[in-house]
Amino acid sequence: MEIILNGEPLRVKDGLTAAGLVASLDLSGRRYAMEINGELLPKSMHEEHELIPGDRIEIVHAVGGG
Amino acid sequence: MTDDLLELAGRSYRSRLLTGTGKYRDFDETIAATEAAGAEIVTVAIRRTNIGQDKDQPNLLDYLPPDRFTILPNTAGCFTAKDALRTCRLARELLDGQALVKLEVLADQETLFPDITATLEAAEILVKEDFQVMVYTNDDPVIAKRLEELGCVSVMPLAAPIGSGLGIRNPYNILTIVENASVPIIVDAGVGTASDASIAMELGCDGVLMNTAIAGARDPVLMASAMRKAVEAGREAFRAGRIPRKRFASASSPLDGTFF
Repeated sequence: MEIILNGEPLRVKDGLTAAGLVASLDLSGRRYAMEINGELLPKSMHEEHELIPGDRIEIVHAVGGG
Repeated sequence: MTDDLLELAGRSYRSRLLTGTGKYRDFDETIAATEAAGAEIVTVAIRRTNIGQDKDQPNLLDYLPPDRFTILPNTAGCFTAKDALRTCRLARELLDGQALVKLEVLADQETLFPDITATLEAAEILVKEDFQVMVYTNDDPVIAKRLEELGCVSVMPLAAPIGSGLGIRNPYNILTIVENASVPIIVDAGVGTASDASIAMELGCDGVLMNTAIAGARDPVLMASAMRKAVEAGREAFRAGRIPRKRFASASSPLDGTFF
């Protein structure tokens, strides 16, 4: 299936969980936060939350800013 | 000297200079300037993670660890209440449940003035969601009071447009905001040089937040040091109580005992 990750289309396997996506991106253990279709997905739900085709996912972190 | 601490959202800080972390050359310069400023509260922006970036590439929060600094996530760059709310919710998750955020909702690219109606709307929702909201606003005393009444933990009026370096354009409004307030008033944006920071503190502001004035200086670390002193000097002058302005002279030496 295809999802939109940080504005870019990405092909992933069907039934991938949020945690699975994070692991595939080598982000496990790093400091990040995720929202799906404009709604925050708390870390406690990453393991069980299955992505569906067309999901718009944002993964963010802290950067320098005023 | 007695302790004179900034009480903010249930915590006490020695430093009244809050700094941004944008526009620095690299993280080494960011931390050097932050330390020279003596800042204990630093703002960060929330942006997309670079997918596929080297796992060992350093992260800002490795340089500014949240156990040493109060990390203040900022909704900078948000032009709608909705985007500001999304940013704050992501930031709270990112920072392990920390409720403190800096809300700014901007109106247009040219002035970066705050969109006040959107700011009020977002502030109200954030307070209901138990965020501790420090809010960027213009120098309007009526709106500053309204934001305080909504439950914001600090009101942050601009001195001048973000990044302009014009200094405090409307000291009388800032003074009125300070006099009316029962939450910390922190001047945010528009400071250009050390004297601007001192003026803000002499007016009775509780702190000053700046980024460009330091990061954009020819020597950011030296300017950070200057700003620390300026904020401290202005605060001490405010506490000491300045003499009133008079139109004519008043001799410093005794008039008695003259032999001439």
